[in-house]
Amino acid sequence: MPSSPFYWSIKLRHKSARGFFEKTLNDITGALEQTLFAEEIARRDGLLQSLDPRAKLVGALALLIAISASRNLIVILALYALTLPVAYASRVPMGFYLKRVWVFMPLFTGVVALPALFSPFSPGAPVVTLIDLASPRVYLAITEPGVITAAFLLLRVGASVSMAVLLVLTTRWTTLLKALRVLRVPQAFVLILGMTYRYIYVLLHAVNNMFLARQSRVVGRVASADHRRWLAASMGALFAKSYALSDDVYLAMQSRGFRGEAQVMETLTWRAVDWVWLAVFVAVAAMAIILGH
Amino acid sequence: MVKNDTYAFQVEQITYKYNNQIALKDISLTVRAGERIAILGANGSGKSTLLKILDALYFPQSGKVCAFGEALTEAALQDEARAFALRRRVGLVFQDPDVQLFSPTVWDEVTFAPLHLGLPKTEVIERAEWAMDLLNITKLRDRAPHRLSGGEKKKVALASVLSLRPDVWLLDEPTASLDPRSQSRLLDFIGELSKEGKTIITATHDLDIVEEIADRVVMFCEEHEITSDGAPRELLADYDRLIECNLIHEHRHKHDGAEHAHHHLHPVAHEHQH
Repeated sequence: MPSSPFYWSIKLRHKSARGFFEKTLNDITGALEQTLFAEEIARRDGLLQSLDPRAKLVGALALLIAISASRNLIVILALYALTLPVAYASRVPMGFYLKRVWVFMPLFTGVVALPALFSPFSPGAPVVTLIDLASPRVYLAITEPGVITAAFLLLRVGASVSMAVLLVLTTRWTTLLKALRVLRVPQAFVLILGMTYRYIYVLLHAVNNMFLARQSRVVGRVASADHRRWLAASMGALFAKSYALSDDVYLAMQSRGFRGEAQVMETLTWRAVDWVWLAVFVAVAAMAIILGH
Repeated sequence: MVKNDTYAFQVEQITYKYNNQIALKDISLTVRAGERIAILGANGSGKSTLLKILDALYFPQSGKVCAFGEALTEAALQDEARAFALRRRVGLVFQDPDVQLFSPTVWDEVTFAPLHLGLPKTEVIERAEWAMDLLNITKLRDRAPHRLSGGEKKKVALASVLSLRPDVWLLDEPTASLDPRSQSRLLDFIGELSKEGKTIITATHDLDIVEEIADRVVMFCEEHEITSDGAPRELLADYDRLIECNLIHEHRHKHDGAEHAHHHLHPVAHEHQH
């Protein structure tokens, strides 16, 4: 489909990224591509994909509680290790799965965990002494309790994020939203989440087209002040557009009978196998809590 | 006003303004049940606003609108039973399918109207399946709207209203941005509705489709007023009026080096005699 903006935006990605403008364009395209890829995984014929989203949601919650409650590193590590064969059986590309968790996680959690390694925050037996001066007294060491605290934090976050990623990758967003009803999430909230997800795409396409339209009329380098001016103007235009869109969408809802109270047709079907897997998830979680206590 | 079902709509001297900017000026119109009407007008002439008023989404600042003999006022529509009775009989297909398709999946979209208008669940399912089958979109059931093509989106938008089985269809620029095949299927679909005796009001500036979808044409001028109301053949032949309403334009082009000008109206193929 060479004529579609999506095609051209993919083509643009192969050009060398120049400055903020192209980077933003690439990021928008990347976001679109990634969600399409994630939805493709959710449609695959795998283990987790075959389960009712409610079983997965409740199971994942039980396991997340187990990860948080466990005070044993081995138990948390074992829980994480269990996600790997499950991901494999669900036909999730392993490289993608591991990267998604472990590439970005250390950047955020690692920074938070870093100070905990050192003696001023976690006093105790040193593993590595970095500075030890008698006068003036300056002492800095990576301590054993520090390493344990940081390891707990990283592993807990890593294992929890893995579970969440696995749940989201193997469940279509729309069915996941419906599954939220079992947790007694109000219908109106589910409706708003669903519409947010729906219109993010419309607005992402609008942004992508605005950027492409601009890029098609720009030759050579543009001063960054001009970029900023244009960006501010586009933000305003996008806001006006989304405001007008929300007005029209509300009219369309009213036209088909919406009077402020959302209703959704139940389309999920619970089978015996869902009970079995839910029991497995809960049993593993319970065991982890007992062993990790 | 006559209090019976002979008239789908009776509109008397309505005026509508958006923030003091006039959108409809002193409009009067009577629509009989079962009529096929094309509302012709250039962009911004007030066609879409009129459809929204007929669907009781907007209420005019002055004048009176009745649907099936009942007055359409904001106060009257507060009553749930009356609002539901109107919504079950009148369906509006918006121009932009992205506006019409707000649900997470096609199935949710098609079940939305019957579900929200209080029909029993078994009937909701039956109607949704019927509508999807009729428009041949059953295979799209679990798809999200952003994963549909333009033609598919239009079909889902039609199915989302079809599941209501309304007596009156209000169509806003239905052929806009459709490829030729989707356009032809849409016209067939409108033809089927018409055979069933539905009232069909189509707002458009696509003169190509007028004779196929309407027995009567109501023409809006750029001053937001109705300038003509009559049979399609008669009105489409009135070139001066069409030019005045910005529906056709003077077209200049060359044939064998000789410049030549004529009105540009696509449904009537023009012979060149040079």
